[in-house]
Amino acid sequence: MGSIAPEVDVLATSWSGYLRPDGRKGIRNLVLVIYTVECAQHVAHAIAAHEDDVHVIGFPGCYDNAYAIRLLLALARHPNVGAVLSVGLGCEYTQPEKLADVVRQSGRPAEWFFIQQAGGTKSSVEKGKAILSRLRGRIRAETRRVPMTLADLTVGCECGGSDGTSGLAGNPAVGAFFDLLVDAGGRAIFEETVEMIGLRGHLLARAANPGASQQLAAAYDKAERYCKSVRQWSVSPGNFAGGLTTIEEKSLGAFAKGGSRAIQGVIRVAEPPRGPGLWILDSVPDDHFLQFGYTNPNDTEGIMDLISAGSQIVLFVTGRGSVIGSPVAPLVKITGNSATFRALEEDMDFDAGRVLDGSLTLAQAGRELAEMLVRVAAGEPSKPERLGHREYFIMYKHQNTPSLSEGCRA
Amino acid sequence: MKPRCFQIQPDDNVATLIDDAAAGSVELVGAAQGEIVAAEHISRGHKIALRHLAAGEAIMKYGVRIGHATQPIACGAWVHLHNLASDLDERSGTLDLHSGAPTDTASAYV
Repeated sequence: MGSIAPEVDVLATSWSGYLRPDGRKGIRNLVLVIYTVECAQHVAHAIAAHEDDVHVIGFPGCYDNAYAIRLLLALARHPNVGAVLSVGLGCEYTQPEKLADVVRQSGRPAEWFFIQQAGGTKSSVEKGKAILSRLRGRIRAETRRVPMTLADLTVGCECGGSDGTSGLAGNPAVGAFFDLLVDAGGRAIFEETVEMIGLRGHLLARAANPGASQQLAAAYDKAERYCKSVRQWSVSPGNFAGGLTTIEEKSLGAFAKGGSRAIQGVIRVAEPPRGPGLWILDSVPDDHFLQFGYTNPNDTEGIMDLISAGSQIVLFVTGRGSVIGSPVAPLVKITGNSATFRALEEDMDFDAGRVLDGSLTLAQAGRELAEMLVRVAAGEPSKPERLGHREYFIMYKHQNTPSLSEGCRA
Repeated sequence: MKPRCFQIQPDDNVATLIDDAAAGSVELVGAAQGEIVAAEHISRGHKIALRHLAAGEAIMKYGVRIGHATQPIACGAWVHLHNLASDLDERSGTLDLHSGAPTDTASAYV
């Protein structure tokens, strides 16, 4: 991959995107197949199998959940999605017809059916493929192409499988890119408030204004209450084996992905940033639901949250290495560990470990990352995308609405 | 080439190994330059004590307290779960020192 010449300003680089009816711009033009219960999962995947530009998500529970419905709808109306087919079995709580209605109101074509009314597996797959082909044909022909720059991008960042290099190189490289993105007028989102434990003072000192400070304090205090209540801190055996010893140490490394710009406030799952700049996503459940439930049980859950906030691309920083991807928005994998990059080069997009051996400054790493992301935004598949990774995970959770971040209950 | 360790902030009392180190001389880079003698094998990504640390003393990395020493730590020693504890997380002290695997749920694997 050739890098853009230094005299070309990546901040001003423009590429062609897809204009959605709400004015947001997508970097992909996808049909999303959504199943509304685990019983419809096989059929949904069979419909999407061997189809270009078709991704699958779904919710496994038969009993519905307001949080999960909001998440499904945020993904269905994501800027990278042009059309939706929702498929249900026929006896679950979550309603595929209602999903299709709401998606249609957003100006996107959407269809739905129940497997129990379509004649079973084989007939449903045939019916679904016919619908897919129709929807894809429509969005390919009808979606308006528009120029995009970094100012039109929302980029999320998550870290997982962290080791001693993540906080030294991987996350700081993303932080350097986030500073560039924010200065260019884009939106940057990072999450994992349970990985900000021990940093209350640092966090509040970064608030853009008193309102943001109040939101950050509420989100931090809830995260600490959560960890104390469930007696589980966000640190795993692989982190310890990789050299991290305490949650405070991991938090400092994780927080480095937030760069150095002011934090505009806190958003919650399925909620887009309320303006340009740097935002924190609170994905911790609110206290009263089953005495908290679980926050991010795995990396994929957190990545889905970032996509639900409108991220067209998600960065995943992993010191120890990982082989996941994501539907709806391409995942770009970054490691601060050059040995991991060499060991898993099939899956890793960016080697930030070069910062540690002195062959690259942090500022150069941020700029090189920006150049790579512009190529991905312009259509070049990321490695997980090219490999066909589409892991997703949507779970039962409860978050209040309207959000805590609006100060109603903070 | 001599193995290296990286000190992030000037007031840190631990540095992070960038390479695997055997007992012996390690090059110190980052916020301070010099040399330190590793008292034992320390793996890449793990921490080395930059001076003697008393039991109960704050362990500093990124210029921030990341926990406290649970026993005296010699200069050049490996700093990890056996001698550094979080101020918040009680469970981490029960984990296997080398693999990080949990030991407190062992009774569930029956």
